[in-house]
Amino acid sequence: MNAPTDYLLQLADTALVLAQRNAEWCGHGPVLEEDLAMANISLDLIGQARYLYQYAAAGLGGDASEDRLAYFRDANEYRCLTLVELPNHGPRSGGAACAPDYATTIVRNFLHAALMALLWAELQHSSDTQLAAIAARSVKEARYHLRHCGDWLLRFGDGTAESHARAQAALDHLWPYTQEFWTPSPAELAACAHAGAPHPASLHAAWDNRVDAAIAAATLQRPPNCGFLCRGKFGQHSEHLSYLLAEMQVVARAHPDAVW
Amino acid sequence: MDELVARARAALELVTDPEIPQLNLRELGVLRDVRASAEGLEIVLTPTYSGCPALDQIEQEVRAKMAELGLPARITRQLVPAWSSDWLGADARAKLRAAGIAPPQPAAGGAVVHFTAPRQAPLPCPRCGSGRTETIAPFGSTACKALHRCLDCGEPFDYFKPY
Repeated sequence: MNAPTDYLLQLADTALVLAQRNAEWCGHGPVLEEDLAMANISLDLIGQARYLYQYAAAGLGGDASEDRLAYFRDANEYRCLTLVELPNHGPRSGGAACAPDYATTIVRNFLHAALMALLWAELQHSSDTQLAAIAARSVKEARYHLRHCGDWLLRFGDGTAESHARAQAALDHLWPYTQEFWTPSPAELAACAHAGAPHPASLHAAWDNRVDAAIAAATLQRPPNCGFLCRGKFGQHSEHLSYLLAEMQVVARAHPDAVW
Repeated sequence: MDELVARARAALELVTDPEIPQLNLRELGVLRDVRASAEGLEIVLTPTYSGCPALDQIEQEVRAKMAELGLPARITRQLVPAWSSDWLGADARAKLRAAGIAPPQPAAGGAVVHFTAPRQAPLPCPRCGSGRTETIAPFGSTACKALHRCLDCGEPFDYFKPY
């Protein structure tokens, strides 16, 4: 059976919102190579999101399209993980000015890519053949992103006192948001029951193994788990998502149906 | 009908990848099939990397080429099976090497990710053939390439990523 549309949107929204965050580095990267790397990772994620939105739009029918799904839904309709919508810096209130921090970007992408490398690998075996095909492409990209961000995690953690401290601070800040990975949304339960998608909790042990090994190699400390549970997958987002969507959607909404 | 398919195939040999003009769509593995149907020709394309912006341009060029020949054709995007750099044949690899681009090594498949492990086989320099090369940046000028450098001849070169 085919995966439910809500499940496709959850995957697509997560990819698109992370792509938008990473793209904030375009022209501002710490070094030229990393500027290119983040832009390339964003392109991969936008590509994944496009295939998922196109597939979801085909299922929805009517006037649904990839652009309508990306540009004309509000924050409470987005189903992305909260982790990917957070700013590229440590904890600050929504509009407060704060310099971007590359350690935060690397740690966030590392934690996310470690999840997606596992999830896409499983989704290759989904009974939804279109989703399985998207997964077969995406898993290669997720592995490449994981490798790149894992390399930087190691350099930061096992680097200077400053880079170590910033990597550890980013890990401490972002870790609680990973707990959302393992709590299934209704869309995930439906995809698990009907489309051969993995139950989110079934990926937890393998994710722990990979992430723990990389954190240890980088001489960083794994933060303790806590009771905090965010619910982006349920459409309940942090204050940051609306700002991000405003910037991403403003041109499309100002000139609806424009063609170029 | 067979003659139309043959004409279309011959014409498509001239449509190259916008970012790697040394390779045409068949050599790249993007052109999967040309078949005749009641509504005209169907051209089946499989996209490469998700982030590759060239696909839209490739489709436009295919449409333009078919229009030039007056052949009614539609394009189908086929995702299954997923494209792999393993589909590049020996000829395509030789052309890449001649253009100073190191061809892709075998894709890792389901291999476990090793963060900093050295690659299994040394990546030979496409210019001098030396195996003493290093990665400068894993993301290069296009979605399909990484940037490397030869430690013997000193030349930087693009590496076609194995996917």
